[in-house]
Amino acid sequence: MRESTIKEHNRFFLNMGPQHPSTHGVLLVVLEMNGEYVLDPQPVLGFVHRMHEKIGESRPCQGFMPNTARMDYVCALPYNHGYVSLIEKKAGIEVPKRAEYIRVITSELNRVASHLLWLGAYLLDLGAFTPILYGFDDREHILDILEDITGSRLTYCYYRFGGVCRDIDDKFVEATRAFIKRLRKRYVIYEKLVTKNIIFIKRAENIGIISPDMAIRYGITGPNLRGSGIAYDIRKNEPYSVYPEFDFEVPVGERGDCLDRYMVRVREMEQSLRIIEQALDNLPDGPVRSKVPKKIKLTPGDCNFAVEAARGELSYYLIGDGTGVPYRLKIRVPSYSNLSCLQELGRGILLPDLVSIMGSFDLVIPEIDR
Amino acid sequence: MKRYFLDLFIGGKSLVDGLVVTTKALFQPIVTVQYPREEIDITPNFRGHIDLVLDPEKNTFRCIACGMCQRSCPSECIQIEGKKVEGKKKKTLGLFALDFTKCSLCGTCVEVCPTQALEFSKEYNLADFSKEAFHYDILKRLEERII
Amino acid sequence: METISTLPPELIRMVIAVIIIISFIFLNAIMMGYLERKIAGHVQRRLGPMEVGFHGILQLVVDGVKLVAKELLIPINVDRTFFRLAPILSFTPVILPLLVIPFSEKLQARDLNLGLLFIVSMTSVNVMAILVGGWGSNNKYSMFGAMRAVAQSIAYEIPILLSMLAIILMTNTLSLKEIVGAQQKIWFVLLQPLAFIIYVISGIAETNRAPFDLPEAESELTAGFHTEYSGIGFSLFFLGEYTNMFTVASVATVLFLGGWHGPSLPYGEYLGIVWFFLKVYFLLFFMIMIRWTYPRVRFDQLLNFAWKYLVPFSLVNILITAVVVKL
Repeated sequence: MRESTIKEHNRFFLNMGPQHPSTHGVLLVVLEMNGEYVLDPQPVLGFVHRMHEKIGESRPCQGFMPNTARMDYVCALPYNHGYVSLIEKKAGIEVPKRAEYIRVITSELNRVASHLLWLGAYLLDLGAFTPILYGFDDREHILDILEDITGSRLTYCYYRFGGVCRDIDDKFVEATRAFIKRLRKRYVIYEKLVTKNIIFIKRAENIGIISPDMAIRYGITGPNLRGSGIAYDIRKNEPYSVYPEFDFEVPVGERGDCLDRYMVRVREMEQSLRIIEQALDNLPDGPVRSKVPKKIKLTPGDCNFAVEAARGELSYYLIGDGTGVPYRLKIRVPSYSNLSCLQELGRGILLPDLVSIMGSFDLVIPEIDR
Repeated sequence: MKRYFLDLFIGGKSLVDGLVVTTKALFQPIVTVQYPREEIDITPNFRGHIDLVLDPEKNTFRCIACGMCQRSCPSECIQIEGKKVEGKKKKTLGLFALDFTKCSLCGTCVEVCPTQALEFSKEYNLADFSKEAFHYDILKRLEERII
Repeated sequence: METISTLPPELIRMVIAVIIIISFIFLNAIMMGYLERKIAGHVQRRLGPMEVGFHGILQLVVDGVKLVAKELLIPINVDRTFFRLAPILSFTPVILPLLVIPFSEKLQARDLNLGLLFIVSMTSVNVMAILVGGWGSNNKYSMFGAMRAVAQSIAYEIPILLSMLAIILMTNTLSLKEIVGAQQKIWFVLLQPLAFIIYVISGIAETNRAPFDLPEAESELTAGFHTEYSGIGFSLFFLGEYTNMFTVASVATVLFLGGWHGPSLPYGEYLGIVWFFLKVYFLLFFMIMIRWTYPRVRFDQLLNFAWKYLVPFSLVNILITAVVVKL
């Protein structure tokens, strides 16, 4: 559809959101439409802006810890992980090996939980009701496991500067192993109900193709980037924590369409399970928390730390000025960049495809607005 | 032409497979809990809002009203006041108020406490109609537990 | 008494039939709503409604009371006439097809010799209601829903008619009673399996059920054509939808599943209704299962499917049927 052929009076605007079932939160997309064809989707951000960066600059770094989980409530632990690692790097705090292993295990569990929720939510966008409840069923087991050691179910505040706040026990190890076994059995259900389903494939295949070039241009990261065939994963490319000790693959797609992004996430779940298994097998003994000075001094100069969150590269950038309060804290969240390509991607497509594309991005709006 | 029929066959089979999954699920036991009717055991590690520890020996709180928790709280939701008691040198706890609407359950207060006077409560049935219902008087909650 | 005796008995029978059918429509909607929520619950490994009555059996009754008692809300900028007309238009025509459906050998309000044609024409009025409601709502999402409904209905009416035509070719009649009568020995689903599959698929599309629920597609159009409706307006649409489902399933039973035929019962000419209802509710159960299993198709895929698969296949089916019948 060429834009010049559309008469001016045939164009109209449609507000998708901020209260629309498939914008996953308070995101507004102003759609310029011609019939059911979207001519120009324009995301409008900022409905849930809470000034997290400014809060981080106005209180000692310990005080900002709980806030990091609130940015991305679906996958909170990698956010904690990034922030504690940043401060540890800046202040030169040593972390016991066991603590790093526990961090990796819990982060990966959280990643699986996030992907399970996404799987259901994406299918909900496509009109299938049942997968989300199956996803919740599995996710609930992860939340139970995590609740048992962290004490909360969603916005964990489990990591501490220099370790984690509570050691894991045999019950945790047992429950995690049982869960891994269970999820591997459940793959069959997801495959039959979703992955192989012809209607699902038709709704996702060749929809919203992000070329590798475009993905790099917009700074897309995470499964969305890997769906386009670029094997870029912070865990492999800029290894942090104890990730280099584990053997895992970085699944990539071929075409960069919604189906590839779906497949990448599904295969990533299996890789996460592999990491957890290896970590549980090689779990070292020792303390889980090192001695940390009461008042952490952030030396002058800047510091950056990036982790792989469930949605892509999450990077904290901090400038210290010698006090305990960061002079500047900048958080680069994956969903913001991932969403930015929607405008280019969404030109000249049908409204249901736009819903499918937005679903496949795995957006978490509070993370974008933060 | 071959593609046309192949699509139909593979597609039809996938649809039947999906239906088999849901039909099986129809006869499987349910996994949900009928919440207000039945409750599951909450993990002992659950972190609810804070409570004062009841010292079994002294049958009272351990808090010395030093104010560490108040100062370390990132959300400034704890308010402590000490009061003078006749015949004692040190101040004793007069008020321990928690504004739970601001609390983010980070647990810093429990960790910094020099006398281990704080613990997490196991309460999770927290719903009310007013904000004020979540302004807890922790000291009063403890006194109710003292027999 | 005198007036009644002077009235033609046919008229009295019709009045009684209409009253029974209207009350049945409400009963059916309540049962279907309950079944739908219960089956959805168990498919998703949860219980569904449990609070009102034994296993939540009165849930839909309570919901109905709530909907009826709600304020009649009419948004400011809607076309008031159309907005009010649409729910009525959706509800009224769904009574009529039930008048000609033979529930058992003797339980039929009226045996029209053009029964099938009557049903087809009456069920297609439903799309008018959606169009009027969507247009009158003055809401872009409703408008999308209305437009989709019209295109969808037109596309799927054709395979429905073509699959019916195969049966008509075999029986040489449009009277539903005679069609059922012709299935004494063998149900037509065994002779016309392709027509049956085509009919069921198109029937689901015709009643706007998932995976073809594009006019209301809540993840795309919030609630489609009934976005602006609440209370009684919404419940009339709801009643219309479930009665349409019942009609489609009944016609499928009459055409393909041998109507009231089944193992013989005492008072068979009346109690055949048991078999009839068993078959109808089995089909409805199947439709519910489908709704809770599949994602929604896209709009152009839906039309492509009708024109590329259903129409050619039903044409071939008719051709084969005609040749076989003539031989």
